[in-house]
Amino acid sequence: MSNPTPPLIAFHKLGMEFGPQRVLADINLDITRGQTVAIVGESGCGKTVLLKLMIALLRPTTGAVTFDGKVLADLSDRDLTRERLRFGFLFQSAALFDSLTVYDNVAFGLREQRSLDETQVRATVRQRLQEVGLPAAVESKKPAELSGGMKKRVGLARALALNPEVMLYDEPTTGLDPIMTDVINELIVQARQRQPVTSVVVTHEMKTVYKVADRVVMLYPLARLPPGDNQILYDGPPAGMKQSNDPRVHQFIEGEARDRLQELANSTT
Amino acid sequence: MATAGSSPTGYIASLGAGAMHAIDLLGDFSIFALQTFGWMFRRRPAPGTLMPSFYLVGVRSVLVVAITGTFIGMVMAVQMYNQFNKIGMATRLGSIINITIVRELGPVLAATMLAGRIGSAMAAELATMRVTEQVDALSCLGAHPLHYLVVPRLLACGLLIPLLTVIADFMGIMGGAFISIKLFGVEGHFYWAHSAYYISMWDVSMGMIKAFFFGVSIALISCHRGLNSRPGAEGVGQSATEAFVASFVVILVLNFFLSILLVTAYDRFILQGGGRSIF
Repeated sequence: MSNPTPPLIAFHKLGMEFGPQRVLADINLDITRGQTVAIVGESGCGKTVLLKLMIALLRPTTGAVTFDGKVLADLSDRDLTRERLRFGFLFQSAALFDSLTVYDNVAFGLREQRSLDETQVRATVRQRLQEVGLPAAVESKKPAELSGGMKKRVGLARALALNPEVMLYDEPTTGLDPIMTDVINELIVQARQRQPVTSVVVTHEMKTVYKVADRVVMLYPLARLPPGDNQILYDGPPAGMKQSNDPRVHQFIEGEARDRLQELANSTT
Repeated sequence: MATAGSSPTGYIASLGAGAMHAIDLLGDFSIFALQTFGWMFRRRPAPGTLMPSFYLVGVRSVLVVAITGTFIGMVMAVQMYNQFNKIGMATRLGSIINITIVRELGPVLAATMLAGRIGSAMAAELATMRVTEQVDALSCLGAHPLHYLVVPRLLACGLLIPLLTVIADFMGIMGGAFISIKLFGVEGHFYWAHSAYYISMWDVSMGMIKAFFFGVSIALISCHRGLNSRPGAEGVGQSATEAFVASFVVILVLNFFLSILLVTAYDRFILQGGGRSIF
């Protein structure tokens, strides 16, 4: 009997609460090496929380997240830092450091490791910026001088600079025009083609899902979930979503309000 | 309609919740401070982080501290001259102005000004970094936020606020002398002679020791409030306000206890018990 490939990232009976608010409950999920998983769902269903739990920016209330067999939340500061460097994270707002130039932003992680000299840092920064289609002229600009799409691309260059094994994308195309959305999607695909990387993409955009993902996990807001139901409504290939029997999956794919307006009105009265 | 908070049990519950919150906050702050001190010795400050903090805290604060010091000295001279002149001791004005400035008003008012100028700015900057996920980004790129953000600010405040206090002291002394000598016509030679006689190196050191503790407190409180900011613009504003108010209160409380400690130390170790201890 052949051994199944162990998951690179595994969620085991994971629960997350912020004070009285429960966001995630009893999540069991395995992500294997090399996969590109899209996590989709309505706003507030816990997608970004799930992403931050993967890299231990948040600690779960119950259960555990393991990365390559290690529970990140249990590691010492030093070990956690070492493990985090195996990840790249593109934040929703890009999270570029305001006080640094584009060049210094991309060079930040490389310099922090103190293992490369400045010539090597410069070469890597130039290469990463080139890969995301940014000219050398932007190197000296501050983040405040960039458009939303450029910020996202600088954020992507910064995240890729350390050659991560896992790329985490938090709503990479939110707030971008359709063309720039496609550019970012294309860059995600190219990043995967250039080097073997496991990717987790949190998104609302079905177009992004179809373009970049080979597996989709759909979460449902816990507050609206009937007791006993699994918070993961769908877990499978993108093409299979349309064949799902769950009407809530179809509602999300089609982007239909249906009874939601009435529900929202009732919740405010 | 009666609410839970208006009944006696409601008040007790609120009081208990408030006390629990305060203890929780104090514990969190203590851990934060200890971890920051740990990072100070564990790893050298990240390149490029010290100079901007030193510039912001040191160079950019010279003017405001100098103005504060000058006007404290001038106001004290205006307020005291008549009383001293009536008893024929106007030439002693310098000694009382200067000792008050060097021991108490210089460090406290300079620190208060700096808590408003630097502390609030630090809290707002770190709070903005928190809510825009820049702090999370630091962690993802292998930098520890305490090492990268807090340690340089702590070093800048701890090392430079005592020096800024010396500037405030100097300007206060000069301001007091200017008003006393030039405006009220006090004899300059005796004014300075009495000033020199009554102020010792210990008085200056006492002010600088206090300023060091005030600087460390301002940096730790401001960074703690900033890094624990609530989301949104309101959260950022609230962090800046909390940082100033907490720093101000801590400066006043710390000043009281440091004064007791330092006066007692002076009596025990310098006067060899010759002075009157307050204990």
